This record gives sequence, structure tokens and C-alpha cells, in this order.
Amino acid sequence: MSVLSVSHIRKVFKGGGFFASGAEKVAVNDLSFDLARGETLAIVGESGSGKSTTARLAMRLLDADAGQVMWAGEDVSTLSGKALRKKRKHLQMVFQDPFASLNPKMKIVDTVAEGLRVHQPHLSSAERRLKVAETLQLCGLGEQALDRYPHQFSGGQRQRIGIARALIVEPEVLVLDEPVSALDVSVQAQILNLLKELQQEKGLAYLFISHDLSVVQHIANRVMVMFAGYVVEEGAIEDVFKHPKHPYTKSLLDAKPISHPSQRNDEDVLALDEGVASEGCAFALRCPIAKDECKSFDMRMKDRVACLFPL
Amino acid sequence: MLNIRNLSLSIPVSGQHILAVSNVSLTLEAGKVLALVGESGCGKSLTAQSLLRLGEFQGVNKESGDILLHGKSLFDVSSEELRKIRGGVISMVFQEPMTALNPVFSIGSQILEVIHLHTELDKDAAVQRVLALLANVGLQDGEQLMRQYPDSLSGGMRQRILIAMAMAGEPEFIIADEPTTALDVSVQKRIIALLRNLQREKGLGMLLVTHDFGLVAEMADEVAVMYAGEIVEQASVMDIFDKPSHPYTQALMKCRPEYTKDGQLAVIPGNVPSPGDWAQGCRFAPRCNQANQACSAAPVSLDAWHSGAHQARCIRVDES
Repeated sequence: MSVLSVSHIRKVFKGGGFFASGAEKVAVNDLSFDLARGETLAIVGESGSGKSTTARLAMRLLDADAGQVMWAGEDVSTLSGKALRKKRKHLQMVFQDPFASLNPKMKIVDTVAEGLRVHQPHLSSAERRLKVAETLQLCGLGEQALDRYPHQFSGGQRQRIGIARALIVEPEVLVLDEPVSALDVSVQAQILNLLKELQQEKGLAYLFISHDLSVVQHIANRVMVMFAGYVVEEGAIEDVFKHPKHPYTKSLLDAKPISHPSQRNDEDVLALDEGVASEGCAFALRCPIAKDECKSFDMRMKDRVACLFPL
Repeated sequence: MLNIRNLSLSIPVSGQHILAVSNVSLTLEAGKVLALVGESGCGKSLTAQSLLRLGEFQGVNKESGDILLHGKSLFDVSSEELRKIRGGVISMVFQEPMTALNPVFSIGSQILEVIHLHTELDKDAAVQRVLALLANVGLQDGEQLMRQYPDSLSGGMRQRILIAMAMAGEPEFIIADEPTTALDVSVQKRIIALLRNLQREKGLGMLLVTHDFGLVAEMADEVAVMYAGEIVEQASVMDIFDKPSHPYTQALMKCRPEYTKDGQLAVIPGNVPSPGDWAQGCRFAPRCNQANQACSAAPVSLDAWHSGAHQARCIRVDES
């Protein structure tokens, strides 16, 4: 059984801004996925592709306009308020910016213990403190961290604290939104190792949002590639990375940073490349192999890819 | 040529000045890209900002050493001359395209300001120059763009505008501090190509500050690795990738996720020490997997190694 299942969700944002005319933007369109215990599903795509919105819809931090969200087999699409809060134990989130996501005025012990107050209210303060200490230790932080404040920690340590805060209520799923992109590579490696260890130990499932393909390749089992609110390709990480079928996936992989100066390639890529087509295939404006038929393609997935002319 | 000579800088920390950059020497040459790499907190941005004397606004003090622009000390120039140098001889591309542009002025007026500061062009000629600059960074439809405000542009477009602004005063040297980290991968690739083309075309000397070895591999000719306020290794980009000699450089390269397909990634234990907490002797020794007692006995000098153009600050470099 999947621990997180999302089917046919859709989210439309009304045009923003004070003077805006109210144009609509489809942020996520007819998106479905299942996440199994112990599995890591990555969502990749550029800014504005809808990957963070998808994470927030799955977390029920945003209400979907259509579709269904199930946590551990239970439909939570229509839950709200207290009923939803109780279920949140199942699914926790780790944010990108460990500097912004911890309250600077709260001691670490209080920040990490917050979830316990909701989900295990019967615990005494001594029991809570013990549980926080155990969880911090699991995340590689000693007991001296308990009574300190966020500013006394480095970026990597703060991200450990963010992970501990999510883990303390013993969730089955972690939703990680760019969890290592604000970190130095040396610290990034420490956090990725920690996430792998925790997953093996506890059978956690991860929904992992990232724009860094090397990180995704290292940590994920499956990947969904998003473009302009649509899933354009999905599959096992080796299949998608070794044999991309969608031209957008291929362009992302081609843009992967090189790992040695001998791979330098002096092709001229000066042109701006940011357009999104409003009808037919959204990628058609940028696609090197687009044909006339693409202008009326409805971007439905078939055999793991949403493309009329898969590679 | 732009030379940093034995530069030491201190920063204010709770009322005291603490050494944050010690004895750094670097040379920027026309037409060459020098990358300055290291983890956050190792002093690379402080060093880069010192080239425009920007740190002084945050209370950074020069303790010793000098910065020479074509042989003349940047610390001897008048504030009028310094204003001309900033943007006119040495300019900077900042990391955050979302915050480095002023949200209440149009794109056109922000670039025009730089042109008026550094050239004698009249209004029409200046506008023509802005349009040429925008076209140069791959932005079409310049006339409309000049009337737009930063919030209506994507991150990639803003970064292009910052690059156009940096080029507006026709500088000889450009300092790029993490110019691509806030951008999507596909946009990154284009910004890298753009920077590289401009740098080559104009024969600019570039200081590229980054923690990203992918960017180093793409752009650098020469690489200096910084740790705890000092240069620990300097070599050509090929030597840094093929023969990293300092254990810190070796460890940084191994942490990259593409280095390990499965299983555990290599890590560097611990954290970068804050200024004031630097170890005696080799500053990296407490985190080094190859360190022994001798490493902590006395400060280690930056010595030539291999061909002589390759320098490393490690007493055991001959053994590896």
C-alpha cells in the first residue's frame, strides 16, 4: 500500500498583484503519483514548473481545486482543522532554508518539541526533553544543542535540526523541498548521508523536490519531471537519466554541470530560452523537434512520457 | 594587472576586530579567469569585496598588505577616483539577482545611471549604448525592457541585466560572486556561456568566487582554494582536477554527489572554524584524515609543488 497517493490533482492560481487583471495560471495540472514505504520519489523541474506547489498540495498546506490526496490509504482531501492536524503526524516537511525556517527566539528543545505538544500531549516536559535529545542524536547533534538558539548553529546543523523537528512525531513520509540546495557541498554530503541512513533505519518514504540533478540521481529511486504544471516524464531514475524520452528531460540533463574541465563545450547558447506555450504542448516553443501537431497535443502521459514524438 | 599582495583583513565581532583573511596573495590578469573556491565562511567573499573596498562599509579593516591596480595602491586613491574605478575599471556581478536590482527604478534608468557615471555620452547615445548592452547579453526587445521593472522579470533575465550593468562602464576586471547559484540549471548553463563569451571577447580579467566545482570546471583558467582565511592550494584548473594536492581540495572534490553513484558520500567531518577559532599550525588539521602531530606544530607555508606553478599549504604534500 502506498503511504502517499495523489490522484488527478489540479491547482489554479488567480492572477496575483494589486493591479493584476486576474489572469489564471495553472500551477499543477492533472497530476498523479504513488509513494511506497522506503521509497524516494524526486520531482525535478525549473522554477515555476509546479514542483513546490505539488509538495504543498500533497502536504495539504494548499487546497487542490480538483483531485484526491490520500495518506496511508485514507482520503484526506476534504479534512480540515483539528481532524487534519491530527493526521499530520503521518507526513512532515523539511524546508529549504534552515536559516528562515527556525524561530530565532526559541531554544532548539522547544522548536523540535512543538510537534510533540500536538501529537503526544500526554508527555511530561521531562519526557519531551528526553525524546528531543534522542531525536537530535539520531540526526547527529549532541545534548548540548538542546538549550541553544538557532544562530549558534551552522547551516548544516540547522538543517539537522529541521530534520529532527520533522522526525520527532514519527512520520512515515518526509516531504523535502530543496533540502540541501542552500548548503556547501561538504555539508550537503553529510545531510544526504543522514537522509539515506534514516530511510534505511525507519523505512521512511521521501518526496524529494530538487533542481539539482546530481543530488536527485544520488538519492532517488524514481523521478517525475515537471514542466509548466505538467508531468512530462516519469520513471525509474536509471531509465529516465540514461534514456530520457522527453526533449525537456534531455535538455535538463544536457544542462547538468560538467565535472571536469576537459568536458567544456563552447557551443553558443546565448539566446534566452524561457517561453511556455499556452496551447498544445507547453514545451513546444523551446523544443528542438517540435512539429505542427504539437500545437494541439493535450500533454497526456503515455508509456511514461507526455510527448507526441518521444526520443 | 590587479594584484592582491599579502592582504590581511579583520572583521568586527562583538566589539573586537578578529582576523578573517590572512596573507592572501592573488593576481588577476587580462583575459584570464581565476576561481576562488571554498566553503562558506572561509573568507572568499571578503577577499573579493576588498578589490572594490566594499568591506569597509561593514567595518572590515585592512590589517596589512596591499591591492595594486596596474601598480598603484587602491588604498592611496581619492574617493573620487575610487568611484571611477568601481564599475569603470573593476565591476562586480552579485549573487542574488532578486535583491541586487532596485525594485523602484526601471531597468533602463538603472543601467543609464552606470553609463552616466562612467562616460560622457549624451542622452541619446547613452540609450543606444543600453540597447547594445542588452542585446549583448541576449535580451531582445530592449526598448520595452528598459521601461520594465525588476519584479516583472525572471531570475535568468535579472542576472543578464546585472551582467549588462557590470559591463556598462567597460571595465577591465570583473568580479563574479556566485553568479549562477540562485538560478535553474538550464538558465545556469546559458549564463555561464554568456559570461565566458563576454570575458573572452573583451579580454576581461575575472575573479570567479564560488563553491561549485561544476562552475570552476566550466570557466576557470586558474584556481585558488581558500580555507579558514588563507589560500591552501593554487594551480591551473587541469591540475586542480587531476592532481589536487591539499587534503582539503581532495576532500571537497570527493563530496560531490556525482563522484559516488551509490552508498555513502564522502564527507569532511566538522565545520569551517570561525575567525578567531583557527587551529595552530595547519588550520585544516582538525578535520583532515591525513593529519599527524607534526601538522599542528607550526604554521604551514604555501609552497611550490609539481611544476612550480602548483602551490599547496601542506607539509605532507610530498608524500601523497
